[in-house]
Amino acid sequence: MAKIAPYQRPNPDTQPPYLHPAYVSSIKRAPAKSLINLPHTLSEVTGPSFTEAAIDVKACDLTRQHSGDPLGERIIVSGRVIDEEGRPLRHSLIEVWQANAAGRYLHKRDQHNAPLDPNFTGCGHTLTDAEGRYRFVTIRPGAYPWGNHHNAWRPAHIHFSLFGAAFASRLVTQMYFPGDPLLPFDPVFNCTADENARNRLISLFDWENTIPAQALGFKFDIVLSGREATPMET
Amino acid sequence: MGRQASTSQTVGPFFSIGMTRMKRDDLVSAGTSGERVTIAGQVFDGDGKPVSDAILEIWQANSYGKYAHPADEQDKPVEASFSGFGRIPTDDEGKFRFTTIKPGQVPDLDGKLQAPHIVVSVFARGLLRRLVTRIYFPDDPTNAADFALNLVEPSRRETLIAKKAAGVNGALKWDVILQGFNETVFFDCGL
Repeated sequence: MAKIAPYQRPNPDTQPPYLHPAYVSSIKRAPAKSLINLPHTLSEVTGPSFTEAAIDVKACDLTRQHSGDPLGERIIVSGRVIDEEGRPLRHSLIEVWQANAAGRYLHKRDQHNAPLDPNFTGCGHTLTDAEGRYRFVTIRPGAYPWGNHHNAWRPAHIHFSLFGAAFASRLVTQMYFPGDPLLPFDPVFNCTADENARNRLISLFDWENTIPAQALGFKFDIVLSGREATPMET
Repeated sequence: MGRQASTSQTVGPFFSIGMTRMKRDDLVSAGTSGERVTIAGQVFDGDGKPVSDAILEIWQANSYGKYAHPADEQDKPVEASFSGFGRIPTDDEGKFRFTTIKPGQVPDLDGKLQAPHIVVSVFARGLLRRLVTRIYFPDDPTNAADFALNLVEPSRRETLIAKKAAGVNGALKWDVILQGFNETVFFDCGL
């Protein structure tokens, strides 16, 4: 009982700081005091799980939630969720949300002067399979302006929420698209020091999952913290 | 450097589109054992302004001190009616409220029992990664020896302990202050 194998901790350069002044909203919301290092106990190495019963199997297709087809470029976003050792995260919940093809979110606080699409809500979820694979059908979201600085535009992105196997592995991130000219200017994408880490948020064009005459494929693999093999000495 | 966990990004201002479906602000059902508590509070930024676009996620053991998770190998009962997971967005005034039961004690790294607590993730626009904190319970004699509370300098421990709210039995108040005076203690939990 005394020995608890903790979850791996990331190299700090591969994760964003809380305070990143170029992202203006972080200035008044980042804690000013240092975080206190918390060794993982049973409370952190356990976490919520979601079964098939909690899942709507149709929710992995964001283009089939209304009576008509949404406007925009239909895409397939698929990949694997694994840990640092390459072990698959099986039957693990993924939630996604995004703007429509015009760059507008179905949200009361989104005031962007672009049309809503009555056939697109922009939310989905699914469970990974036994190999950690997932697959969404959606439309490519548009870029949109925001008030962070003069002429600020967010690159097209899809929000991903992942649970993994434990509280310690919870992650929310964003997936971007290859070749997006807005990426170098985006303070959210650029908040992380490590360039390789940033670039892993950019999906890859995926011929293999491109469906002829139907949809382009994009591949996005996600790595979550995995549990270390050996218990921490106490 | 081997493979590293993917980089965190903010939930942004529009997370409700994707996260509302799994909203869980009442963790208790008819068969759930334990002392019912309602925890209400408000999230504030460094200017003391309420944060209306934040969302809390909570995770806790049941009243026996058992997590509904295979990594919990303790010989204690699991309750089908209690998952231990909650997700609670803040409203336009930055307020949140959820109903649960006071969890039992779970072991720390030395096998000693921790004081009853709820682990919390805070997500919001402006947070590039989640903040992790804990909620403890007022007047619990086990708080004094708790492993995690004792990692915190004494003057800041109060930010982790809910207060009794006036009136109703089981009503507790606990605020999240992201920055500045009386800033909530946040833990580095890895991601």
